[in-house]
Amino acid sequence: MINNSLKQLGDMLQAKKISSVELTQTFMARISQYNPSINAYISLDEAKTLAQAKAADVQIAAGNITPLTGIPIAQKDIFCAKGWRTTCGSKMLENFIAPYDAHIISQFDAVGAVNLGKTNMDEFAMGSSNETSYFGGVKNPWSFDRVPGGSSGGSAAAVAARLCAAATGTDTGGSIRQPASLCGLTGLKPTYGVVSRFGMIAFASSLDQAGPMAKSAEDCALMMNVMAGFDERDSTSLNRAKEDYTKDLNKPYLNKPLAGLKVGLPKEFFAEGLDASVASVIETAIAEYKKLGAEMVEISLPNTGLSIPVYYVLAPAEASSNLSRYDGVRYGHRAAEYTDLMDMYNKSRAEGFGAEVKRRILIGTYVLSAGYYDAYYLKAQQIRRLIAQDFTEAFKKCDVIMGPAAPSTAFKAGEKVDDPVAMYLQDIYTISTNLAGLPGMSVPAGFAQGDDGKALPVGLQIIGNYFDEARMLNVAHQYQQVTDWHVQTPDLSLLEGKA
Amino acid sequence: MEWEVVIGLETHTQLQTNTKIFSGAAIKYGAEPNTQACEVSIALPGVLPVLNKQAVHCAIKFGLAIHAEIAPRSVFARKNYFYPDLPKGYQISQFELPVVGKGAVTIQVPAVGKNAAYEKVINITRAHLEEDAGKSVHGAVEGMSGIDLNRAGTPLLEIVTEPDMRSAAEAVAYAKQLHELVQWIGICDGNMQEGSFRCDVNVSVRPKGTEKLGTRREIKNLNSFKFMQQAIEYETRWQIETLEDGGTIHQATVLFNPDTGETRAMRSKEEANDYRYFPDPDLLPLVITEADKALVQAEMPELPAAMKARFEAQYGLSAYDASALTTSRELADYFVAAVDAGADAKQAANWAMGSVSAKLNSEDKPISASPVSALQLAQLLKRISDNTISNNAAKQVFEAMWNAEGDAERDVDAIIAAKGLKQESDSGAIEAIIDEVLAANAAMVEEFKAGKEKAFNALVGQAMKASKGKANPAQVNDILKKKLTV
Repeated sequence: MINNSLKQLGDMLQAKKISSVELTQTFMARISQYNPSINAYISLDEAKTLAQAKAADVQIAAGNITPLTGIPIAQKDIFCAKGWRTTCGSKMLENFIAPYDAHIISQFDAVGAVNLGKTNMDEFAMGSSNETSYFGGVKNPWSFDRVPGGSSGGSAAAVAARLCAAATGTDTGGSIRQPASLCGLTGLKPTYGVVSRFGMIAFASSLDQAGPMAKSAEDCALMMNVMAGFDERDSTSLNRAKEDYTKDLNKPYLNKPLAGLKVGLPKEFFAEGLDASVASVIETAIAEYKKLGAEMVEISLPNTGLSIPVYYVLAPAEASSNLSRYDGVRYGHRAAEYTDLMDMYNKSRAEGFGAEVKRRILIGTYVLSAGYYDAYYLKAQQIRRLIAQDFTEAFKKCDVIMGPAAPSTAFKAGEKVDDPVAMYLQDIYTISTNLAGLPGMSVPAGFAQGDDGKALPVGLQIIGNYFDEARMLNVAHQYQQVTDWHVQTPDLSLLEGKA
Repeated sequence: MEWEVVIGLETHTQLQTNTKIFSGAAIKYGAEPNTQACEVSIALPGVLPVLNKQAVHCAIKFGLAIHAEIAPRSVFARKNYFYPDLPKGYQISQFELPVVGKGAVTIQVPAVGKNAAYEKVINITRAHLEEDAGKSVHGAVEGMSGIDLNRAGTPLLEIVTEPDMRSAAEAVAYAKQLHELVQWIGICDGNMQEGSFRCDVNVSVRPKGTEKLGTRREIKNLNSFKFMQQAIEYETRWQIETLEDGGTIHQATVLFNPDTGETRAMRSKEEANDYRYFPDPDLLPLVITEADKALVQAEMPELPAAMKARFEAQYGLSAYDASALTTSRELADYFVAAVDAGADAKQAANWAMGSVSAKLNSEDKPISASPVSALQLAQLLKRISDNTISNNAAKQVFEAMWNAEGDAERDVDAIIAAKGLKQESDSGAIEAIIDEVLAANAAMVEEFKAGKEKAFNALVGQAMKASKGKANPAQVNDILKKKLTV
């Protein structure tokens, strides 16, 4: 049951082969067993979760069922959920109980989905290994001494370890796709503006976008049907007609599943910096796509190399301002003792934020300062436009772009914590799509062997044009019809669980 | 050396919207602390701003009223600084691209001493939309400071002038004119006590005849015209004295202390802010189309300049009278109401600007609180026109009406009767009085006949006195002239 797709679970619920309470309790039992060592969840609230499951059963009994009614999912702890502790992975918000619901939380509530809990994450979504979380690192279910990726590391580990049926994530520079790649999941970062940011704690407003992390493209499509949609409370939310993301999953082609599909392969994504073991998995996946009828086209995204420096100007700039509200005045951490107002600010923020968050606040404050703004912030905005233009040019030659989602497989915990630049390079293939506002996803494409002999998942990245999520899901779904990488599960038997 | 003062103003006008500029929270003044602070006002994690269209409407209205350029695309920016009453740690404002660009306001500077009244055009540099901060409340809880976020997010239009003013009188005239204008077009209630209209005044001095601007100091948060006048006068004197004593002026923010009448620089630490402005990524650029402007234009009331021209043409008023009447919409409305009720236009203008305004000023009342309504004034003025009472008698009637307890006691005819102020216009009766006067003042008559013109006026005075002021002065003149020249 824990390995069933959302569609299968929905059918079982509708046929009353299982109740939402039973399904929820199954996952809750696994959480009790494995979460203490995996640490995928920051907050659990059994009473709230079961109340939602019971309500879902009533709804199902009344015949009022939608595809996600009664299905237990996990929410990244970046989304405010009324009555739930919402920490964003930070000591700053260790005791913050959200008094309102984020847009996507209300959307899931409205269809009767069950919230299993709030998942671990890098502090304020700043990190690629989940190691910046105040609530501790998260084990990669495929290899326990390795990281799950980040910042949505808790959601990724929770789905991979089957501690939920699906989860939400957010992606500012790769925070859905890189952990999806490292944990063997299907994860989608939609076009900027497709999912409302209302109630999602801001890291870098012009880049942040929420999306699903699940076992398959089909599951992602069902999650997207709930998450996407216009919300007037977010001025950057796009007012588009509601879309059915499952509609093109099985779109028929002439003779082969993907006949005529033009796939762009950016040469910059296969250059130096990519692990050979990852490269070989991606090449195999590309060969599979050729069998499905896709046509490969070499393309160039010449400014890819600039995406990391541009990102590390713009994202910290926005973050330095977005995080100013955590001042100890109205809510959040306040130092126990202080001499005056300035001292209260200094101590509260020094104690409440971790090292990576402070680093980015400092960078952001610096690049916005008088005398540096033009050289850093404005210049970075100009290059951001060039990066977006690269994609516009590329999409004249192809329908989707493919490449690796991350340059390596999951790395060992502690390996990169003292080398921020090495950590930042984890997002080299994902950041440019955030800068351009484009949708991107990571799809399980096979395994590479780690230096310790462990089989570690590798994700294939698919980048689409604006609003092309349905087509990307089709491209991923067809691949998942002929491969079984996405249904592989990690062996948790060696985990020190409360058996 | 002769000095010249150079003054520019920045005015924060609170816009009359139902809700805050970036959220749906109410903005009623005087509510219990923090009862008008929603998730957005408190700046909870995850909340986002949504622009209030009413505020944009107000900004467009102001731009049209001062014939300014209205930006087809303007941008909201974050002004970053830490302060307990600034919940987000930044204020959403407009920096490089404001909604309203260059425009102008024509002011009437009143006569002072031997200097005659004059008109002057003050150029507006820009006006931009922004949100207000909350308030720190000290002492509500002993030994602690409280924060009231009711005001946080209140929509403001900050209106910035060029350094075009050359005296405290000009600055005050501009501030008054602007104060009237924003109320005239209905975008601000103008309540200065409640902080709906606050002025920051930039003052610098330079040797007269030179071009280069001196170093300016900014007087913050003046909330009355009287204080503005005093503050500028003090600041100007202080700067001139400092320079004449060989000192230098340092750029500073100063506060005016109404008790001492002095300005004093705030701690320089607060000057060291680097606001790190950048475009707010949570808000899209504000786009205003020609159609948006046309929509606002359609509901624009007749503006003071147009009304002034109309008053000159329609009522034959002098340019000065017409412009004085149109300094305030309420005054203009009062005047029109009196004329519509049958008063002579020139008389109505004189009285509205004269006795009525003087009384209101001395009692510090707005015209809406005038005890004598426009209709009642019209009744009074009709009695002058139909020769029932003299102008002097009318002043007594007006005084009685002003001080009356209720409208029943403001009946013009009843007051005239009660006070016996009815003018004597019966030529027979006046002739009889004049005959008596001529008989009793034979010496004066001789003087007049000998060529002393002054004697005539003395005789008129005697006749008026004999009639106890009730004789129609024009008739007295005519009859006396006839009798003396026969």
